[in-house]
Amino acid sequence: MRNSCTALVIVAVFLAIAGAPPVTADDATNPEATFKAFRAYFTKKFPKLALNDFVNGPYSMDADLRKQWQQIEELPPYDFAIERGKDMFAAAFKNGKSYGDCFPDKGIGIRQNYPYFDEKSGEVITLELALNRCREANGEALFSYVKDEMASLTAYMAFTSRGKPFDIKVPNDPRALAAFRNGERYFYTRRGQLNFSCASCHVQNPGNHIRTEVLAPALGILNAMPIYRSEWNSMGTISRRFVTCNSQTRGVPLEPQDEEFRDVEYFLSYMANGLPISGPAARP
Amino acid sequence: MRAFFVAASLIVIAAAMPARAAGSKADVDAALKAAQDAENAAGALKNRWIPTEQALAAAKKAASAGDFDTAVKEANRAEALARASIVQAKEQETAWKALVIH
Repeated sequence: MRNSCTALVIVAVFLAIAGAPPVTADDATNPEATFKAFRAYFTKKFPKLALNDFVNGPYSMDADLRKQWQQIEELPPYDFAIERGKDMFAAAFKNGKSYGDCFPDKGIGIRQNYPYFDEKSGEVITLELALNRCREANGEALFSYVKDEMASLTAYMAFTSRGKPFDIKVPNDPRALAAFRNGERYFYTRRGQLNFSCASCHVQNPGNHIRTEVLAPALGILNAMPIYRSEWNSMGTISRRFVTCNSQTRGVPLEPQDEEFRDVEYFLSYMANGLPISGPAARP
Repeated sequence: MRAFFVAASLIVIAAAMPARAAGSKADVDAALKAAQDAENAAGALKNRWIPTEQALAAAKKAASAGDFDTAVKEANRAEALARASIVQAKEQETAWKALVIH
C-alpha cells in the first residue's frame, strides 16, 4: 500500500512536469533580453491593453471587476494605511532620528528604486528589508514583514512614488546577475504538492479564473504593492503575498525576506521597469 | 449449540480487533525516522510540502497516544510525500527552464 501510494504521488508529479511547454531557455543571463521577451509576451497576449494598465492586475483583465474597483477607489480601503504610515514615517526614533535619515531624498518618492543590488554586501535589498535595517541601526525592534506596521510604512512610501516608473538596475556584476537569475529561476520553478510555479498562474493564465479569483498578469504585479485584499480584510506586504502564494501551492512557505523571495522580487520589479508605481492598491 | 456460541464469540472478538495487528514501538520509531530524514532532505532543497508536515504531526500524535498502527501509517504517508517533494525539487533544478519566456 505504501509503495503504491509513493508511486502514485511520483507519477502525478512526473505527469504535471511533463505537461510543461517544450521550450528551452538560454543559460546565459541577459536581463535586457529577458526584459524584452517578457514584455513582448504580455503585450502580444493582451494587444488591446494599454501598457500602463498592466499594473492594475485583475482589474485590467475583467470588465466587471474593473467597475467594482472604480467604485472601491472612491473610498479606498488602504487610505488608513497611508495615514498611519505617514505618521509612523515622520515619528522620531528614541535616538531622535527617523526613517528619512536612512534613505536618499529623505525617503520620499523613492519606492520605484527598490529593490536594488547592494554592491557592498552583495545582496538584494528590498524596501521592507531596508526599513527594518533602518530600525535596527537606530536601536528599534524589528517589525514583522507580514503585518500592518510594515504594510503601512510601505503604503506611505509607495504613495509618495505614485506614477513614477520602476527604475531597477541590474549592474554588470556577477553577483547581481546571479541574483537576477536566481529570481528568474524561482519564478519559473514548480513547487508544493500542487506543482505550481509563480508562472503557472501569472504567465500562463492571467485573466483566467482560479476558483472565483481572476489571475493577475506577472507584468506589473508588484507595482501595486502593498495591497488591501478583501480576502484578507487587511493590508498585505510583498512578503505576505509571497508567503501566501507558497502556501496556496501546498508548500511550506519560506521565511519572509529569504534570499529567494528577495531575488524574485528583484526579477519581477526589473521586468516592470518603466511601468508606474500604483500602490498602495486594493485587490479582491 | 455450544459450537455456535464459540464461533459467534470468535467473530465478535475478531470484529473488535484492528484490521491489522498494531505495529511495535520499534516499527513506529523506524517509520518516523525514515519520514523525518526524507523531510529534512526536502527542507535542504527548500521544498517542504504542507501535507508532509501534517502527516508527520499526525504520526507523532498517534505515537504519543500509543496508537502505533496509525502512527506507522501516517509516517509512511509522510515519507512518501517527502520523497515526492524531493523528486519535484530535483526535476525542477533544470525543468524550470522549459517555462521561461523567450
